[in-house]
Amino acid sequence: MANMSLKKNEMPTQAPDIRNKNFDEVALGYTEEQAIDEAKRCLNCKNMPCVAGCPVKVHIPAFIAKVAEGKFEEAYEIISEASSLPAVCGRVCPQERQCESKCVRGLKGESVGIGRLERFVADYHNSKAKVWPDKIKSNGHKVAVIGSGPAGLACASDLAKKGYEVTIFEALHLAGGVLVYGIPEFRLPKSIVQMEIDGLIALGVTIETNTVVGKSISIDELMSEEGFEAVFIGTGAGLPKFMGINGENLIGVYSANEFLTRINLMKAYRENSSTPILHARRVAVVGGGNVAMDAARCAKRLGADVHIVYRRGMEELPARKEEIEHAIEEGIVFDTLTNPVEIIGYHNPDNKRDPLNGTVCGMKCVKMELGEPDASGRRSPVEIQNSEFVLELDSVIMALGTSPNPLIKNTTSNLEIGPRGGIVTNEVGKTSREGVFAGGDAVTGSATVILAMGAGKSAASAIDEYIQSK
Amino acid sequence: MYEILERQELNNTVTRLVIHAPRVAKKAEAGQFIILRTDEDGERIPLTIADYDREKETVTIIFQVVGATTEKLNHMMVGDCLHDFVGPLGKATHTDGLKKVAVVGGGVGCAIAYPVAKKLHSLGCEVHSIVGFRSRELVILEDEFKSVSDKFVLMSDDGSAGQRGLVTDALKSLIESGEQYDEVITIGPLVMMKFVSLLTKEHGIKTVASMNPIMIDGTGMCGGCRLSVGGKTVFACVDGPEFDAHQIDFDEAMERSTMYKEFERHAHTDACNLFKKEVE
Repeated sequence: MANMSLKKNEMPTQAPDIRNKNFDEVALGYTEEQAIDEAKRCLNCKNMPCVAGCPVKVHIPAFIAKVAEGKFEEAYEIISEASSLPAVCGRVCPQERQCESKCVRGLKGESVGIGRLERFVADYHNSKAKVWPDKIKSNGHKVAVIGSGPAGLACASDLAKKGYEVTIFEALHLAGGVLVYGIPEFRLPKSIVQMEIDGLIALGVTIETNTVVGKSISIDELMSEEGFEAVFIGTGAGLPKFMGINGENLIGVYSANEFLTRINLMKAYRENSSTPILHARRVAVVGGGNVAMDAARCAKRLGADVHIVYRRGMEELPARKEEIEHAIEEGIVFDTLTNPVEIIGYHNPDNKRDPLNGTVCGMKCVKMELGEPDASGRRSPVEIQNSEFVLELDSVIMALGTSPNPLIKNTTSNLEIGPRGGIVTNEVGKTSREGVFAGGDAVTGSATVILAMGAGKSAASAIDEYIQSK
Repeated sequence: MYEILERQELNNTVTRLVIHAPRVAKKAEAGQFIILRTDEDGERIPLTIADYDREKETVTIIFQVVGATTEKLNHMMVGDCLHDFVGPLGKATHTDGLKKVAVVGGGVGCAIAYPVAKKLHSLGCEVHSIVGFRSRELVILEDEFKSVSDKFVLMSDDGSAGQRGLVTDALKSLIESGEQYDEVITIGPLVMMKFVSLLTKEHGIKTVASMNPIMIDGTGMCGGCRLSVGGKTVFACVDGPEFDAHQIDFDEAMERSTMYKEFERHAHTDACNLFKKEVE
């Protein structure tokens, strides 16, 4: 008998006033009882609209049916057929815009908590004594994967399962890409990422950290000197964007990438960390995506009053709904329909050695209103005349997205690059260069973990096809 | 892991290490840098490559103890391993077509100026090296510079080594005596590079400065190393570290370099006390 409750089982979370002072995970996950109860809300629709909403086509009704029966391991098997990183996606996918947006239960009431169930199943599996898969017998073909973020991990995993000898090259000292340097511990515990990576190593994947492809070695050399028959580029998005307004190089202005890397990868939030971070009193985060929410919530946890400054309205915020709700609960102020025009620095005219010289003391903003919808259907913001005001601040974090990193394109011959700097590929990730494939943000520009993972998976099967047909 | 094969104290606070790092050694060029971590919870710090040996697969770094990480690094001995060592990063020094160059180094910056002078010398370029230190006991690489320089001028603030005065004084008199340089390459404290740049601008001599700003990833991801050059924001790690000195906003760079000064001062003191305890 289906559970006809109009509401999802609520996700147990740390109380807002407690969690906004620590870096432990916010959402605590369903209990077995809650998971079974939630699973029973699924109507098991024949036409499976939810699956159509999933970028990697997880067989959602089938895994939920197993959860309803209490067969959690079987549910995990079903998810893993399509997804390489269930514990990650259950936490960071924008479900409200994907699977859950198509759920029939959402027509009247709330959709089934598909993301929460996926997370429950993955955590259940991970909590059991880990039985690593046996190393697959090598098929004798070597493939290089550049970057160990979601695209690279997914691609490496699928190829290793087919018997390829896969080496992942990672520029940083730790594998995981944006999952370790970008997304904070309180949203995605690093132990979960590490478990996925340990699984890959058990499959026989080699991970070479501290290797910047394009600097330490080129793609041409990987193929001609080191015997890799195919290369997958999953280097993610690169250089952080700034607005180009005055004052962006003042002390106290961070890119979200730098701020988050200091906190997540370098653990600057810990008291004894050897990596410094400014502990600001009042911070503005400019932008409205997931990265902006992550940066804002980190700054809050370091003790600051935090404002999100976004030029459109609340409805237009591109971040996941849950992150926006959590940010509001945690006391972050949303200055929407607001656009920065200048960051103001402090300079003491009487003392050139004043240690505060060159530091941020405020940000001049203008109020915006939404105009008529443009060609894309989005209402573009228009400045309201004479609406200037100053926010008093001591730090500004720019979370405006990134533009592609030039290191690979500058050192790889015959690799076609699109007008916005992304690598050009066909629908399965094949680039203009024979044997070279690409996927994730390096191709699309800033997007989501699940899309990158999906791109890594389809490139893996294209690489398999390419090598087998040689 | 990256083993320390040689260690030499050049003076009280400056140490030279030769590190086994095959991938870096294979690609390294003068002017490029590496990023290292001493241990698993360590900070990432950028250091410019002082030398390399492709056959022995080694890279040489020279550093001055300024904060907690360099303090830790200074306590590592031959046989110890660095946890992480990544590179070569940044662009190599541009040396094509140079016939006569003045290399102006200051303090520990001379460690980076030396490989540049050496490279130019090996290409048949006439090299005039002007190096400056606070005093005699801080002088490093004197013989090395002499061996690759057609002219070598040593300056010190107190006159205890070479001539008393600043590197800009020496450069000025060379220029005024009629020496004509294709280019001046300057590496050292920001304030020194700023004044070298002001001087050469006056004389219309092309000048390149090697910048060493605060940095984390070194691959263009964090943007922490940004500088204003010619009114545009650039990233030292991927666009540099060398830039047209006449275009660099040195005042802004100097302010940005003080961002974590307090933290560094405390960390250094803490580290020192910690080591004292271990010795007791």
